[in-house]
Amino acid sequence: MGQIIVMTSGKGGVGKTTSSAAFATGFALRGHKTVVIDFDVGLRNLDLIMGCERRVVFDFINVINGEARLSQALIKDKRIENLYILPTSQTRDKDALTKDGVEKVMEELRKEFEFIVCDSPAGIEKGALMALYFADQAIIVTNPEVSSVRDSDRVLGMLAARSRRAELGLEPVTEHLLLTRYDPERVVRGEMLNVEDVLDILAIPLLGIIPESQAVLRASNVGVPVILDDVSTAGQAYSDAVGRFLGEKIEHRFIKPQKRGLFAWLRGNSA
Amino acid sequence: MSIFNFFRPAAPKPLSSAVHAKERLQIVMAHERAGRDGPDYLPLLQQELLAVIAKYVDVDQNKVEVKLDRGSDYSTLEVNIELPSSKPEPLRPRITGHGALSGRRS
Repeated sequence: MGQIIVMTSGKGGVGKTTSSAAFATGFALRGHKTVVIDFDVGLRNLDLIMGCERRVVFDFINVINGEARLSQALIKDKRIENLYILPTSQTRDKDALTKDGVEKVMEELRKEFEFIVCDSPAGIEKGALMALYFADQAIIVTNPEVSSVRDSDRVLGMLAARSRRAELGLEPVTEHLLLTRYDPERVVRGEMLNVEDVLDILAIPLLGIIPESQAVLRASNVGVPVILDDVSTAGQAYSDAVGRFLGEKIEHRFIKPQKRGLFAWLRGNSA
Repeated sequence: MSIFNFFRPAAPKPLSSAVHAKERLQIVMAHERAGRDGPDYLPLLQQELLAVIAKYVDVDQNKVEVKLDRGSDYSTLEVNIELPSSKPEPLRPRITGHGALSGRRS
C-alpha cells in the first residue's frame, strides 16, 4: 500500500509546488514508483514546474467525474523512470473535488504507487482540506517569516483535527517541517528567524532546510525540478531531505553562510 | 559588505528584527492555540463566577478579569475580582485568586 504525503503550508508562495516536484522526482530517482498530484483546481501549475504542460489531455477532475480513466490522465515523466504526474483542471473550481471522488482515486493510486505526493493549494479551504484529508504524512513548507510560520501552525491544527486519520481516531498524520528560502547571511545579521526559532514555535521535527537559491527560478523557467540541478545548493538540500524522509541519516547543511572568496567579498556579492 | 563601505563608521547596531519576529509570533500563537484547543470556557466561567459572587457581594460586572496563561509545563488561571469598598470598613482589599491548572498544551 502506498503512502500518501501532503505538501502543505497555508500561506501561498512559500514553495509547495517546487517542493512537491522535487520530492516526487527525488523518490523516483531512488527507485520508488511515485505520482505527484496537483490539488490546486483552477490554478494548475505543477504541470509547468514538471515541464509536462503540453502533454495534458485529461486531468484529476475528469477522473473524479468518470470522464476519463486514471491511466489516461496520468502523465509519465520523460526524464525519470517511475515518475508520474496527475495534473488538475484549469477551468473548474475547487467544488469539483468531492471527498468520495478523491478517495476513489487515492485508493486506486495506493495500489499502484509507493508514494503519492499531494501538492496542496494555499489557504485552508476545500482544496487544501481535500489535499491533506487522506494524508499519512505531511510536509509543512514554511518560510522563516512571521506570516508563514503562523499559517503553518493553523495547518498543523487542521491536520490534528480534520484529517481522515484524526476523524477516524487512527495514528495521527506524521508531520515534517521543511524550511524553505532560508538565507543564512540574513539570519547571521539578525534579520531573519533562525531554524531554532521556527522549531521552537512549531515544535515539529525538521526534515530539511532549503537555502534561498537562484536555481529555483531557473528550474521553474525551464520546467525541470530543481532537485535535478545537483550543483545548486537548493538541489542538494532537496536531495538530502528526500534521503532523510526515507530514513537515511544525513546532517543538515546550508545553515551557516557559505565562505566567500576574496573576489566575491570585494564585489559585495551576496549570492 | 563592499570595499567602499569599509572606511565608513559602523552604524550603531539596531535591535535584531528577528528577535521581534519571534516574540510577536509566540504571543499571537499562544493566544490562537488557546482558542483552538477544546471548548473556550473562559467567558462562561467568568459569568458563573460572577453570578456566585454577586449573590453575596455587589460586584461591578466590568471589574472581573479571567485570564488563562498557557506555558509549556503548566498553565495558570488567574481570576481577578475587584470588590467595592463599603463605608463601615475603611479598608477592603482587592481579592486575587490564583490557581494552577495542570496539563500540558497540545
